[in-house]
Amino acid sequence: MNLLNLFRRGSAPVARERLQILLAHERTARSQGDLLGILREEILAVISRHVAFEVDKVQIKMDRGKSVSTLAVDIEIPNGQPSLARGCPA
Amino acid sequence: MSQGKSARVVVVTSGKGGVGKTTSTAALGAALAQHGEKVVVIDFDVGLRNLDLVLGAERRVVFDLINVIHGVAKLPQALIRDKRLENLHLLPASQTRDKDALTEDGVAKVIAELRTKFDWIVCDSPAGIERGATLAMRYADTAIIVTNPEVSSVRDSDRIIGLLDSKTEKAERGECVDKHLLITRYQLGRANRGEMLSVDDVLEILSIPLLGIIPESEDVLRASNVGCPVTLNNALSAPARAYFDATRRLKGEQIPMRVPNDGRSIFNKLFGRKAA
Ligand SMILES: Nc1ncnc2c1ncn2[C@@H]1O[C@H](COP(=O)(O)OP(=O)(O)OP(=O)(O)O)[C@@H](O)[C@H]1O
Ligand SMILES: [Mg+2]
Repeated sequence: MNLLNLFRRGSAPVARERLQILLAHERTARSQGDLLGILREEILAVISRHVAFEVDKVQIKMDRGKSVSTLAVDIEIPNGQPSLARGCPA
Repeated sequence: MSQGKSARVVVVTSGKGGVGKTTSTAALGAALAQHGEKVVVIDFDVGLRNLDLVLGAERRVVFDLINVIHGVAKLPQALIRDKRLENLHLLPASQTRDKDALTEDGVAKVIAELRTKFDWIVCDSPAGIERGATLAMRYADTAIIVTNPEVSSVRDSDRIIGLLDSKTEKAERGECVDKHLLITRYQLGRANRGEMLSVDDVLEILSIPLLGIIPESEDVLRASNVGCPVTLNNALSAPARAYFDATRRLKGEQIPMRVPNDGRSIFNKLFGRKAA
């Protein structure tokens, strides 16, 4: 038995801290994995009611930051779609 | 056969391999039977069965779970009754087939039939998050998450908790599988010296209720060497007492948590803090 061990801090606190950080990330990734799919589906449904576009010209991605995250939606819409303009048709 | 039973289905799971699922299934299953409950333990580790060996029934296996699912054998033909505990039964896994031989429908039928005949169905999950593991948890009412106080085991347990909350029949009905943490291979001295995650650390990180703390012990090894659950082989040993306590908690009793000590370490006695 090494009495020095009594006074030396073990590695468990490091393990505990690493786990807390890692699992916080993995848990949000798990719940957002679904979130992104749901957002994509509903955003596309709304937009397709007003304009025509091709689904493979759509990019939706989420960037996770420390305090805020951003959702970027990039949809390529062909020109000459009258419905994009506001106002009454002549 | 007795009528009107409706068993509680318990899955013993972990994600990570080698943490003590099979040992715990055998010990808890036997302890429940020792308390007079009618128990069946099912080995879901298809291709790598071991529960038969830990229970000392390896030479009595004729039919297995896969045979029952495929209609080759009837359920009563495949069930093996323990020689020492008449309330304890084993449904072994197949050693030759692969895990794809398990079907969701087949497992559902087997569990439904067993529910009417037993008080407890304890499912020993294979490691990993593949078919065998997800089918072992699929119909569970209660999950025992076996975790060693070590980073990779804790991480995998967290992952398994996520699956229990999304991929089980209960979760899909909008209900919750009842989850309990079983910490195994715990070394009090090492935790006290900060060399190993403590019970409090693991509990804080996983935040599910604690079912028990099983100490690292030679008695576990000795019991599996002779093919006898530790609660039966040496009921007074530290791990057996810990499994008996966990069993009583599983049945709903409120009993204080302690880390059973085998009394060998003077260090633990001098510096051991109180149990969580
Ligand atoms: N409390 C304990 N003290 C000492 N040894 C233990 C303890 N619990 C389990 N073991 C040993 O650890 C090893 C793995 O245990 P076991 O087979 O129960 O794990 P498992 O989770 O079922 O593994 P697998 O994932 O491969 O199915 C075995 O050799 C067993 O004897
Ligand atoms: Mg096992």
